[in-house]
Amino acid sequence: MDNNVVLTMRGITMTFPGVKALDNVDFTLRKGEIHALMGENGAGKSTLIKCLTGINAFQAGEIHVDGINGPVVNHSTLDAQKKGISTVYQEVNLCGNLSVAENLFIGREPKTKFGTIDWKTMIKKSQKIMKDLDMPVDVKQNLEEYSLALQQMIAIARAVDMECKVLILDEPTSSLDDNEVEKLFKLMTQLRDKGVGIVFVTHFLEQVYAVCDRITVLRNGTLVGEYPVAELPRVKLVAAMMGKDFDDMAAIKTDEAADFSNAEVFIDAQGLSHKGTIKPFSLTIHKGEVVGLTGLLGSGRSELARVIYGADRNQTGTLKVNGKEVTIKSPIDAMNLGMGLLPDDRKAEGIIGDLSVRENLILALQAKRGMFRLIPMKEQIALTDEYIKTLQVKTASRETLIKQLSGGNQQKVILGRWLATNPDFLILDEPTRGIDVGTKTEIQKLVLKLAKEGKSLIFISSEIEEMLRTCSKMGVLRDGEKVGEITENLTQETVMKAIAGGGSNE
Amino acid sequence: MKNKKLNSNTLLLIITIVLFFVMYAAGCIVYSDKGFGNIQTFLNLLINNAGLLCVTCGMTCIMLTGGIDISVGSLIALDCMILAVGMEHWGMSAPVLCIIVLLIGIVFGMVQGFCVGYLKIQPFIVTMAGMFFGRGMTAVISTNQVSISNEWFVKLANTKIELPFGAYTNNKGALQIPFVRLTVVVALIVLVVIFLMLRYTKFGRSLYAVGGNEQSAVMMGLNVPMTKLKAYVLSSFLCSIGGICFCLNTMSGNVQQATGLEMDAISSSVIGGTLLTGGVGNVIGSFFGVMINGTISTLVKTNGKLLSSWSNIAVAALLCFFIVLQSVFAKIKEKK
Repeated sequence: MDNNVVLTMRGITMTFPGVKALDNVDFTLRKGEIHALMGENGAGKSTLIKCLTGINAFQAGEIHVDGINGPVVNHSTLDAQKKGISTVYQEVNLCGNLSVAENLFIGREPKTKFGTIDWKTMIKKSQKIMKDLDMPVDVKQNLEEYSLALQQMIAIARAVDMECKVLILDEPTSSLDDNEVEKLFKLMTQLRDKGVGIVFVTHFLEQVYAVCDRITVLRNGTLVGEYPVAELPRVKLVAAMMGKDFDDMAAIKTDEAADFSNAEVFIDAQGLSHKGTIKPFSLTIHKGEVVGLTGLLGSGRSELARVIYGADRNQTGTLKVNGKEVTIKSPIDAMNLGMGLLPDDRKAEGIIGDLSVRENLILALQAKRGMFRLIPMKEQIALTDEYIKTLQVKTASRETLIKQLSGGNQQKVILGRWLATNPDFLILDEPTRGIDVGTKTEIQKLVLKLAKEGKSLIFISSEIEEMLRTCSKMGVLRDGEKVGEITENLTQETVMKAIAGGGSNE
Repeated sequence: MKNKKLNSNTLLLIITIVLFFVMYAAGCIVYSDKGFGNIQTFLNLLINNAGLLCVTCGMTCIMLTGGIDISVGSLIALDCMILAVGMEHWGMSAPVLCIIVLLIGIVFGMVQGFCVGYLKIQPFIVTMAGMFFGRGMTAVISTNQVSISNEWFVKLANTKIELPFGAYTNNKGALQIPFVRLTVVVALIVLVVIFLMLRYTKFGRSLYAVGGNEQSAVMMGLNVPMTKLKAYVLSSFLCSIGGICFCLNTMSGNVQQATGLEMDAISSSVIGGTLLTGGVGNVIGSFFGVMINGTISTLVKTNGKLLSSWSNIAVAALLCFFIVLQSVFAKIKEKK
């Protein structure tokens, strides 16, 4: 048994100022297994991994790695890599300004006999790696020329090529589409068969059951338990993660099919387009309606929303808001018309890490009111406390820097930012990406609640099920074009068919 | 495998190179009567800017990491003053002083690099402190203009390396054999070495990685603080080499020497296609940046009637042009 173990972590304890992030957590990884690390936001998954890879220092506990005598403490990612522990993160951590080949080999470039970089060998090796993984990539091109999904695959290829014993995949699938996820899974199973131990952090339950052998569940920084996949059915897993009986998501949506034909039209877009990102489309949204936008990654879902919001200016078509024709030149115009947009890339477009929860929360409201009409501190505090409470944001205090919050909680704060402006129309672009099941449910409930209050929403998500639960109408996009709309008979099957194309619902 | 797409950075570089040749050709035509077209005019351009070229190579390396070094002008003044006072008043031997100056450059860079890399202080502030320190120390050593008459150093400065080709007769009818100074050889060696270093060494590529995405560089296991420290050491070291070249040209030490040289180096780098945000750039571009800067002032001087300030205005216009061009290319890239 012991020979089979490649990594053990015992009694890991780590505290951030004011928050105990990990409390006496154990984790065991065996050779040739895919081990899912599950837990809600703030459960301590990322922190545990950062302790392992040397980014965070832990206060108590021991780590043992196969083939190394004595406890291991990594001081940097490099340290960890040298000991055979490689990590691929949710956000692509490569350099866009370097070529693909360099990204694969930087830090361990093949050398000529003079000690200089051997470009020929490096390019040849890179081409082989890409070919083995069946990826259509010119390794001499700069990385930034390729899509986020391909970049992610390249990041994994890099980790894989480093002959690691332990491969950590921290939510690698959140920016990949189904096809790519499948390729990744194929790769993961290949590696497992070679004897690599893989730690897989994800929020997609289906994926856990598709590839994993074992599950370790964390909750609030403590270990709940370690289970073989076969012994832990989904419902029990969710219960273990949430620590309470699962609030069945399917029950969220009321059965009565809402009829909006009589409701007032709030957004009426006719023939809007933006060159290069989205072909002319039309879309009407009634008051109190939730419209879903679906399609594969890069099909133009976000781009469509950006045009309505004025983040990309429309070159053709007209937009009526509340019956009046308007021109939106920039997001501030849209905000003044009562719109809000929650962008999908929260790291780049959403949070400002060095500002506090409160400051992040009031940002949009302040912008809307104008920079010289400072919101009174009393009002700021009241607003912040209100949203921390209603959105159940887990934070040490309202003045905590937002970068210290977990991903899901950051997302909640950004959501709160837009709710604070009291918008009539809200665009949510992947609001649930990378956050846990419990919070997902809360956000979906919130969406329905907002709709009930008469607000109009656009909801964009990669998870069809999630949209089926919240939306009354779905726009289908394919290759930068809105190809159809589904209003009746919203089921997983009809939506999938529409996305795939081939004649239905056109 | 020659079907590599022309990316915008290569395009910028080509624009810079073309601009240089156009500018120079225009000069040759307009001022042909003043001998602008002579090969020696071009070589003088190299001779006059040898020091700046060394400094710009170092500056480019730092700008690749996303940093900046505004201490270089002061450091050159300090170098020149040490050389001048050392030879004339302290009676030290010139070769020893050159080595001392290079060592000072390394130590200077280490301190700045440590502050930027390990203490994570803004490069602008760190090197601004370096700038004040350098200028201050120069004044402490001497506030007078000190001319150098050291035999060895004078010989070094006057060494002509004659080219085996390109001899021409000037407008007085005398045969001229084109020549360069030692400083040009040094500067060109620096250029080639740095070019090869950026392309073929781990350190060189790390500079690009750090400037491209520092967080990623950390995650990929690169030693970011060390890379930065080395970059500043390299810059100050090259700056000291440049300082010696500079001194060989001016043969004196003076507190006001090389004032604003850091800005010439930065503008040369930018005109050469280096992004201030880091991660993109090349010393070949910087070389042409220096040459463009030099050509502008030579043109203004050759004209003889224009105020020398016009060269500043021309550089300003060029900088604007290139920055706008860069941002337009970046926009196009984003759209894609």
